[in-house]
Amino acid sequence: MIQAANSLYSLCHCCLQTPINGKCDQKMEHPERQTEKSQKTPHDASSLKAFLMKCETTGDLNLYDHLTQLLIKVTDERPNNVMDIIEDMSHEIKQSFCLDNERALPKLPETTVADELAEKHRLLFCQTEQEEELVDTPLPNLNEISFYMEQAGVGLGRIEMQRIILALKQLAQSEQLPHCRLWGKILGRENNYIIAEATYREGEEEEEEEEEQKSDEITEEEETNAELEDNEDEMAPLPSVAYNPQPAVPKEDIGTGANKFVYYVCIEPGLPWKKLPTVSPAQINAARQIRKYFTGRLESPIISYPPFPGNEANYLRAQIARISAGTHVSPKGFYQSNEEEDEEEADLPQGSNEVNPDFEGIPGSEMATSLSSWVHHVQHILPQGRCTWLNMVVKKSAHLDEEGENEELEEESEEPEPEVGPPLLTPVSQDAEIFNTPPWTLRLSSSLIPDHAVAVLHSNVWSGAHAYACGKKFENMYIGWGLKYSGEGYSPPLPLPPQDEYPSGLDITEALDPTVEEEVEYRAALEEQEDSQEDIENSDEDDDEDE
Amino acid sequence: MDSGSLHCSLEHVAGSGCNLNIEQRAALQTSLLILKKNYKFQRVLFWGKILGVEEEYFIAQGRGKNEIQTKKNLYSFNCIDWLLLPPITEDMMKAVSVAAKGRFRGDPSYVYEHLESKVSEENRLAVVIHQIDEEASVVPRGAFIRDLRGLVQVNRSFAGLSPSEATRLSNFLHFRKPKNQKKRRILEMADLNPAIDFLDVVSDDVPKGSWSLQLEGAGQVCILRSLLWPGLTLYHVLMTPQHGYIYIGSGMKNLDLPFML
Repeated sequence: MIQAANSLYSLCHCCLQTPINGKCDQKMEHPERQTEKSQKTPHDASSLKAFLMKCETTGDLNLYDHLTQLLIKVTDERPNNVMDIIEDMSHEIKQSFCLDNERALPKLPETTVADELAEKHRLLFCQTEQEEELVDTPLPNLNEISFYMEQAGVGLGRIEMQRIILALKQLAQSEQLPHCRLWGKILGRENNYIIAEATYREGEEEEEEEEEQKSDEITEEEETNAELEDNEDEMAPLPSVAYNPQPAVPKEDIGTGANKFVYYVCIEPGLPWKKLPTVSPAQINAARQIRKYFTGRLESPIISYPPFPGNEANYLRAQIARISAGTHVSPKGFYQSNEEEDEEEADLPQGSNEVNPDFEGIPGSEMATSLSSWVHHVQHILPQGRCTWLNMVVKKSAHLDEEGENEELEEESEEPEPEVGPPLLTPVSQDAEIFNTPPWTLRLSSSLIPDHAVAVLHSNVWSGAHAYACGKKFENMYIGWGLKYSGEGYSPPLPLPPQDEYPSGLDITEALDPTVEEEVEYRAALEEQEDSQEDIENSDEDDDEDE
Repeated sequence: MDSGSLHCSLEHVAGSGCNLNIEQRAALQTSLLILKKNYKFQRVLFWGKILGVEEEYFIAQGRGKNEIQTKKNLYSFNCIDWLLLPPITEDMMKAVSVAAKGRFRGDPSYVYEHLESKVSEENRLAVVIHQIDEEASVVPRGAFIRDLRGLVQVNRSFAGLSPSEATRLSNFLHFRKPKNQKKRRILEMADLNPAIDFLDVVSDDVPKGSWSLQLEGAGQVCILRSLLWPGLTLYHVLMTPQHGYIYIGSGMKNLDLPFML
């Protein structure tokens, strides 16, 4: 169609006998034929008009009508720079002609993604019946939070945020959550995750544990069944495996440590929320070693080295735990530790803190200048993958005694040093540098009106983690790819060295073949020996004879 | 993204998280207009923001008659006073690739050193902006045309991609001088228009999957994010000529990409 428009363009030139520039000449191949025809007829207006009105194509189109329509359109619309867009206008007219014809066959309207989403979004705006007036609303004032976040230069857009607020409200109602907040958003390759953080409601913990136990039992049963079947199939007994895997570090109890909160995830506000499983130390440790983008499908497998135990839902949960532990901060003094009250139970893994009722608020200018006025209020995750260290040696030694191997290991692990992280409410100024980059960047939201500005803290370790503080209010939010800063470049860990097939010893090692020289020497030595022996024997005989 | 429709455009790309606050938006609206007049640009784009550890660089890009060739980049700390970045030379690019490591500091006079090569952060900024423009700046197909004189200009009659077109990466083009024009089969050539398809197609990029294409904003805005330069976002409102790209990030290329897909 555009080529046709181009040729028409040049035809317009030649018919109206305007001077043709050089570039136009090159595109004259097609119209030339027509001009030849027109040369045969006398060059007067009526014959030219007749030529233009000729219908050569199968449709009812002719150039005369088209040009009139085009000129009418130009005079009607009077666009700027008609020269530039005349081809497109001509193209449009031609297309509209085709569309007129098409209308005889009504088209089935296509349903686009936007249509389907609009139906889902409509449900968010439907007013649900208020059952009873709750004293404590489960949701924080998200409009206020998003306003402050916008001051900080962070946000998801006002309209989108409104939808998220409505979706959170829906979640809190349907799941009857006692408290729920917007944790943030993690971008994926195909979809993005909107993440809500909620506290467990009473009684839920037991349900969860029961469910998990059930699922564990099922998998164990399956495994034993599979083993039995294998044994039946094989005639010869399988060689026993000497490899003794380290026992997995147990998960932290629900409501403590890395499993303190429950997380719900949805791809788009209005679509159903999905609950994420609890996180295990093995998953956190594997997540530390890999670097993967999220796809946006919770069920998709994580293909990586070292292998990740679980699917993307587990990976997402592990990253959330790591980000929360690393970047959730609050103004100093907002929380106070409640360890003083129950010193006897200080060893308990209950790393919790309570809101300080006497907190006065720190002025924004001070918050924006000193890192020591910000403190971590989420427990640090230890190298073990748990927030509270668990002594695994008891179990280990029991295993090892049976085998009677790895004595050295046993000796080493007899009295392991407990891993200790920084205590709760440690100022962020004590955080370690990462790849020569300071871990935090402090800013004031406005340089022109600093009196009412908000203090903003951006993390450089987890880029995308932000916190703001204004008076007594503060909030943390993460919006990003869910990846830690990796410095120069990531190199995946190397695979373990291959296991020995058999213990090497004198019985098995093959002797080296002797060289020719060695053989010669050996023979010479042998001969000498024989000679000397003969001598000895001879002398012996002599002695015997003597006796 | 065009300075004229900045507020609206920023709302469309907000899904990536980083954004500008109201004060900065208001300042940009004023200063970019003055910038356009003083430097006699045809068009001024707000290019994006490079996050330094101490300060942030705001970047504006002025464009002349030929949208691809005549580009000038300027930077600012407060969105009001703009400074022109130096033109790029081969030596500068080499020095940056050797010496410049880690995050931007936020101080243009800071000197990166490695062995004998030295490079100032201002030069590094110029080179990184050039690299991002070369590798990750994208436009929807048909948004720009090359006219008879070879000038690349905004296509006035661009009506936007349809919802079905917007789901295919082949409808997005690299906005740079074409580098690897792949030989196409005649069947594929049938739909191509030399006035529009003079740029490289994004779907030919290596490795496959270095772009994330999604529909956001209730399914009406098409968002294209670069995974090679995380922070670069293209938005295009379907069936309208509105489109633009912005970069808000640390200015570091994601070299780990092959491991991460």
